[in-house]
Amino acid sequence: MTTSATGSGISTDAASALRPHAEQTYAAELEALAGADDRQRPPGWRLSPWAVTQYLLGTTLDDGTEITPKYIGSRRVVEVAVATLATDRALLLIGVPGTAKTWLSEHLAAAVSGDSTLLVQGTAGTSEEAVRYGWNYARLLAEGPSEAALVPSPIMTAMARGAIGRIEELTRMPSEVQDGLITVLSEKALPVAELGVEVQAQRGFNVIATANDRDRGVNDLSSALRRRFNTVVLPVPDSAEDEVRIVTQRVEQLGRSLELPEVPTSLTEIQRVVTVFRELRSGVTEDNTTKVKSPSGTLSTAEAISVITNGIALAAHFGDGRLRPADVAAGIQGAVVQDRVSDGVVWREYLETVARERDGWDDFYRACREVGA
Amino acid sequence: MGRPRQGTDKVSVLGVRHHGPGSARAVAAALDEIKPDIVLIEGPPEADAITSLVGGLEPPVALLVHLADTPKAGTARSKEGWGFWPFASFSPEWAALVHAHGRGVPVRFCDLPAAHTIAERIERAEAAEKEAVEKEAGQEEDDQPAPPSEPPRVRTDPLGVLAEAAGYDDAERWWDDVVEQRGDGEPSPFPAIADAMAAVRAESGPETGRDARREAYMRQTLRAVLKEGYERVAVVCGAWHAPALRDLYDYPVKDDVALLKGLPRVRTTATWVPWTHGRLATASGYGAGVTSPGWYHHLFTAPDLPIHRWLTDAARLLREEGQPVSSSHVIEGVRLAESLAVLRGRPLAGIDEVSEAVTAVLCEGEQSRAALVHGRMVIGERLGSVPPDTPMVPLQRDLMAAQKRLRLKPEAFDRDLDLDLRKESQRERSVLLHRLRVLGVEWGVPRAAEHHSKGTFRESWRLRWDPDMDVALIEAAPWGTTVVSAATARVVEIAAEAELPTLTALTEQCLFAELGDALPDVLSLLTDRAATDSDITHLMSALPPLARSARYGNVRGTDGAHLRAVARELLARVCVGLAPAVRGLDDDAAARFVRSIDQTHGAATLLDEDARGWTEALESLARRDQVPGRIAGRVNRILADAGRITTEELHRRLGLTMSPGTEPTRAAAWLEGFLQGSGLILVHDERLLGLIDAWLLSLSEERFVAILPLLRRTFGAFGAAERQEIGTAITRADGGRTTTARVRRPVDTRRAAPAVAAVTALLEGSRA
Repeated sequence: MTTSATGSGISTDAASALRPHAEQTYAAELEALAGADDRQRPPGWRLSPWAVTQYLLGTTLDDGTEITPKYIGSRRVVEVAVATLATDRALLLIGVPGTAKTWLSEHLAAAVSGDSTLLVQGTAGTSEEAVRYGWNYARLLAEGPSEAALVPSPIMTAMARGAIGRIEELTRMPSEVQDGLITVLSEKALPVAELGVEVQAQRGFNVIATANDRDRGVNDLSSALRRRFNTVVLPVPDSAEDEVRIVTQRVEQLGRSLELPEVPTSLTEIQRVVTVFRELRSGVTEDNTTKVKSPSGTLSTAEAISVITNGIALAAHFGDGRLRPADVAAGIQGAVVQDRVSDGVVWREYLETVARERDGWDDFYRACREVGA
Repeated sequence: MGRPRQGTDKVSVLGVRHHGPGSARAVAAALDEIKPDIVLIEGPPEADAITSLVGGLEPPVALLVHLADTPKAGTARSKEGWGFWPFASFSPEWAALVHAHGRGVPVRFCDLPAAHTIAERIERAEAAEKEAVEKEAGQEEDDQPAPPSEPPRVRTDPLGVLAEAAGYDDAERWWDDVVEQRGDGEPSPFPAIADAMAAVRAESGPETGRDARREAYMRQTLRAVLKEGYERVAVVCGAWHAPALRDLYDYPVKDDVALLKGLPRVRTTATWVPWTHGRLATASGYGAGVTSPGWYHHLFTAPDLPIHRWLTDAARLLREEGQPVSSSHVIEGVRLAESLAVLRGRPLAGIDEVSEAVTAVLCEGEQSRAALVHGRMVIGERLGSVPPDTPMVPLQRDLMAAQKRLRLKPEAFDRDLDLDLRKESQRERSVLLHRLRVLGVEWGVPRAAEHHSKGTFRESWRLRWDPDMDVALIEAAPWGTTVVSAATARVVEIAAEAELPTLTALTEQCLFAELGDALPDVLSLLTDRAATDSDITHLMSALPPLARSARYGNVRGTDGAHLRAVARELLARVCVGLAPAVRGLDDDAAARFVRSIDQTHGAATLLDEDARGWTEALESLARRDQVPGRIAGRVNRILADAGRITTEELHRRLGLTMSPGTEPTRAAAWLEGFLQGSGLILVHDERLLGLIDAWLLSLSEERFVAILPLLRRTFGAFGAAERQEIGTAITRADGGRTTTARVRRPVDTRRAAPAVAAVTALLEGSRA
């Protein structure tokens, strides 16, 4: 359970937050969209489904406001996701790690209900209180069961407010906790037996869950629960072009929010990292001529982003202020070599057979060799 | 219905999208309103004579126009000498045909005759062929003809340009929204379409080339019809052509006449053939394929609630495949499809939205299941049918009769068929399929390679009928009027120019296809070729299929005597040529030759129990010195297994080979050949083992290391149990104690008696 900013004495100031929520970062865009949006909004929604799609995919409004794209990739994925939420069916986003599941769910929640903080993180230790409700035990002992002693879960709060509740890594939760959601999703009500009352979901309530492809079989969803979700599979970015765009954009945003010294991000470096990742992931070089081995890690776009950000930090603080191959070399090796022995071989082979021969990759090759030695 | 202009108020031009259900509906409605006294349809006028058959056809069907005289296979005339014009239930042209047929209104096809189209195509292909030949002859002639410049997009895709103007990124969707998915009862869309097309065409300039000729021909037909005095003429044509026909009087007659002058032509014949939805999706020769024929068919046939019905059908399909899909899935699917349509600003959910719903809800994100639904429903597997009185070549008719008699129905999807050849009717089916394969009609393909080892009375086939096969049948027509006569003629023709291995394969095919009349010809050619072919491996590879045929031919009721005679003759030639052929072979060639020897040996024993000539040839081979070690070893093993050489003699030969005078590599190769297949002989013959053991111990270290890989190859091929047995035998021979000393118990003859009796009966039975 996360603590929302509007809590008790430990509430924080959003302006200095390390990572502001989507609705805070893009408040201006959301407002502009709400102003321009004249289409019908489903009950409880801040924006119309059309405007939500525009928010996610980016556009330029009639008054000239630029809406940045949040999700770069297939339009149909976004459309199916938004349409699902509009039918009050729960949405399940599935994909390999780093395919922007969480990112998409956060922005969907921010655009639909203006609040992306009603979040439950699924772990092996997630208990039923996290999806239903818990108790403030001091109060419970002192006063007996009362509404004041009740600690609502984010899901319960979302129901009461008519907002979107988010569940991360649904399949990491124990099955019995998952099944606690069935009543919520089918009856749209959460009974509190101890008080003899129930919380009925307000219009606008819905649930977005994410699940990881790699976890298949850990805690598979029961078919009763599965039936209540519409499933959208998020693909890995289709083209190198798209992936470079995603990385560039995110790196820029992260750099701004971390207040890293301005480093002219070199597109070549980003392209190189993306190329390396794509080639290792698919097991074949981009020109489709050479086979390479794939390492055990996922090598997602998210990891590419962190490699670049890391490189920028290195360049800014220890380098000459420009992003050089040497700055990303260590990061990229760390991302590829997850298992020292087997991945080490994969990486060295890639360097010797692919990177070494390639025009303009000499610096990169040498830098990687140095790190590896 | 064009805007009435002077003289054109008698003509209604209905510009349609080929294979668009909405267009089809609109055409049907418009025709009901116009009540035309004649209907003109875009299509080859050769088909005018066979429109009377429309009542008996079940779409999808296609008009097939082909050359009247059947061309020789492989020439440009055969490759280009035909064309298809497909019609589905949801094609507007079909709707017009049905309307006219039902009301007894005359129908004419008004496009350029296929006689011209095909003639042009043949000319082009022949010119291209000639050019290719010339280029080959002229070697380096690098001034390549410039590739034909791309026609402007507006001409190839006028709808795309219109759709872009309307703000759609996908022309299909635009047409779907504006025309296809209109509910019935709205005012006719045709005047607007013609106007829109006129606007697009005004930008692209007048038609040229083939399209200009086509439109000229359409106008000429229209003029002729008007001259005949028809009062209400309905023309159904592609939207692009609508303005060119509507504004008939803007085009001077003499221009059209000039355009149509001196066109090449060929003699053609037209008929109807069954078509499939799968082929509509990639329609050939028509250029107007649709991506989702199954969906269109559904849209056209579903009385109401197309989306609900579609998803219900999809749920049923998934349930049949064992997926738990509930009604609530369907309900949610419909809701998702509808809200997606709203989100995308479309009036009704289309195939995109419905497919998303199937993937996200019914299949729970599972791509493979969604692909199943796509293949089975969106594309579809529907196969049309034509009535028996459709014009056909006699060969087609014969096949149809055979299909009916054998109850084998052509179907457009894969179906597996297992046949038991001992049953009369099933054998006939197999024969029919084999004969069709000879004719190049691959309706049935044998499954899992032709394995003869697993019983010769069983056959597995995979059947799938493809409309192309009708063309293949028509092409095969010159060979004969019935399947059997055509197949016979074809086999004889192939045989005339075939090499030896092809000929033996043909022999086998003749047997499978029961082409008794072709067999003598093929066999005499086979003997001729065998006499002149100097490559003995050819002969050796030809022998096994022949021997098999001769031995098992009687399962199919063929006379094996002749075959046997031919096979014996082949064998005799092999025996003679054997010794010279093996001289100077290197190791790889020797390994291949050993395989040939093994096969020939199998064939020889199949042909003849003692195969005297063959064993004698082997014996003489075994006595020679220059024979490669591997072959010598193998031959000795074969002879030893057959009891042709005594144990003493074998020991002597092995001893000779293993003696210090022989080059160790040759000895190792000999051993490899000798032990190939099974090493158990070493376990049972301690002296043999001892000889090898002594030889190995006598080798110097250097030499031992040199031949080690060869030994490893030999012994590595044995199974683990075999190797262990040999190891145990060695230990025993060395006087060591073995842990698993097996005590051989004497055979209890009393208990073995029933088994022995059974085996004897089997052996005697096969001999009889």
